[in-house]
Amino acid sequence: MGWLDGLKEDLSFLGGFKVTLEQMARTRVTWQYPLEKKPKPVRQHGRHVLNRYEDGMEKCIGCELCAGVCPADCIYVRGADNPPADPVSPGERYGFVYEINYLRCIHCDMCVEACPTEAITETKLFEFSFTNRADAIYTKDELLVDDEGRPRHMPWEDWRPGDDLHSSAWMRATSPSGNAAYEGRVQWSGELGYGVRPPEGGQSAMRDDAATGNLPLRQVLRLHLDDAERTPDQRGMAGAMRRLRERADMRRAAHDRRKSQ
Amino acid sequence: MSHGLWALGDPLYAGGVHWAGLLITVIKVLVAFGVLLVSVMLMIWFERKVISDMQARIGPNRAGPFGILQTMADGVKLFFKEDLLPERADRFVFKLAPYLSLVPAFVAFAIVPVGGVVTVASHSFELQVADPPIGILLLLAMSSISVYGVMLAGWSSGSKYPLLGSVRASAQMISYEAALGMTVIMVVLLAGTLSTRGIVDAQAHTFFTSWNLIRTGIVPFFLFMIAITAELNRPPFDLVEAEQELVGGFHTEYASIRFAMFFLAEFMNTITMSAVIVTLFLGGPDGPRFHFLPWLWPVVWFLGKTLVFLFVYVWFRAALPRLRYDQLMDLGWKVLIPLSLAWVLVVAGVLVGRWWGIGVIVALVVAGGLLLRAIRVGSPRAAGIGAEEVGA
Repeated sequence: MGWLDGLKEDLSFLGGFKVTLEQMARTRVTWQYPLEKKPKPVRQHGRHVLNRYEDGMEKCIGCELCAGVCPADCIYVRGADNPPADPVSPGERYGFVYEINYLRCIHCDMCVEACPTEAITETKLFEFSFTNRADAIYTKDELLVDDEGRPRHMPWEDWRPGDDLHSSAWMRATSPSGNAAYEGRVQWSGELGYGVRPPEGGQSAMRDDAATGNLPLRQVLRLHLDDAERTPDQRGMAGAMRRLRERADMRRAAHDRRKSQ
Repeated sequence: MSHGLWALGDPLYAGGVHWAGLLITVIKVLVAFGVLLVSVMLMIWFERKVISDMQARIGPNRAGPFGILQTMADGVKLFFKEDLLPERADRFVFKLAPYLSLVPAFVAFAIVPVGGVVTVASHSFELQVADPPIGILLLLAMSSISVYGVMLAGWSSGSKYPLLGSVRASAQMISYEAALGMTVIMVVLLAGTLSTRGIVDAQAHTFFTSWNLIRTGIVPFFLFMIAITAELNRPPFDLVEAEQELVGGFHTEYASIRFAMFFLAEFMNTITMSAVIVTLFLGGPDGPRFHFLPWLWPVVWFLGKTLVFLFVYVWFRAALPRLRYDQLMDLGWKVLIPLSLAWVLVVAGVLVGRWWGIGVIVALVVAGGLLLRAIRVGSPRAAGIGAEEVGA
């Protein structure tokens, strides 16, 4: 039967026709991006904001630690003494000039870690396309949150209401200094009140994944796994249907949120 | 029926040439031209949509509903691009080449019967631009001329990749034209006429079984399909414009509207050839008619059948990887040409008489067996191994 096998191999290219037809019946994985947006990961690194205290005082004290730690050298800070009659920040000095060049920034989040007063945090906003270099350098006025604690919406930024959620209050995955007593407790200082996120739990039972939006990696990557790598309930046709339904729910939720705002 | 100089088979000219006949002819030409241009636009959109479906993508969906105006947008963009002329190009030939591939694409469609005979205000005429007695020969001539477009475009660019592309093109088209002509001969033998209208009429008895697809024994249909795909330079035979190897092939140096004309010609040829397959093998506009709008049904049948083949071409492109050059030549010279030659003999033999047919088949089986044996003995020898060592 040697020649029959040979013929089979010669005609194996016909399998391509089956594959392509099967593809036609599949659901598209494409998201119509500018129209429908995926919910962003909770820890996404977007552009920065400069936060303020509940009384409206700026948190930045002009210490320049963020500028010092920045590997891309994109932050420029110049501190100044607080005017005694009308102080800008609680303390001796405040950030007189604060500029971030987003043509250089790599969103590594090291400035956020360096900041002693949690003045600078990263939002999830990353969709900005400038048409000139001056727009790419965000000044202090542009970075500073408004009177409600929300990031300012620049004309070249594309974000919808709700995208700026959880824009401040930097978070820890573990309790500070590994002290279990502090796990799950808010450790950071008072904020203007918008976008404070719930603390992430460590590995204990105290974690509240629904509140923090913290998903296990396997669940995040579920769409990209091979069938064999999936959990039994996610395998095969039933699993595919389940994922489809979840996706539809996700889209509907995003749609509803956009409508309600 | 007196066959004078003007008796071209169309009943429009049965009473000689008159102004109404000329007017109808002009209208037919204009309508065919317009419809072809629009259908090319739709074909490009259709191809992009279907192939994106086959790759689980969405495809163009921005311009117009379902992105149907995407081709228009691309065309407008190409119109406003700079018209480049390479310094080392042969200026006249370089400018001539796009027209050489575009015009035959239009002309070839003229012989395709789109529908039956229609009577408007006591003038009855065929729904096809022209019905010359040489019919299908015109198609072969036109498809050969369009080779010149590709060849001259590559040569006149004064650049090596286009030249390589066009050399491939000429070799490929010549190789496959032999098999193409051979399959056409079978159809012509069965119909007894070169006229496309005659070929279609010869198939119009019963739905399906009287079509040449069945009457020639299916194999010629596939031979024709393969040969046509190679003739069209469509995947998997698109070696002429192999992007990965030839930076786009013969049209590398072209830009702007000249570039667009090559693609207009390519897609127009695709449509024309699909229509020709329908004409030669699937009975053209043949199909059940209903009392409601009796002239419309043949057109609908024709369009439906053509659409199937347009889809098949796109399917080819999605499913099949491009052939290597030697595979292309092997397929053309070692498979298609011998097979079509043999099949022509069988068809001719069967047409003459039953015993002639059987005799030809037996002779071909014997000859084929001898040929295979010769190849089997010969190939180890060619590889430098003694025939006695492999036990031959």
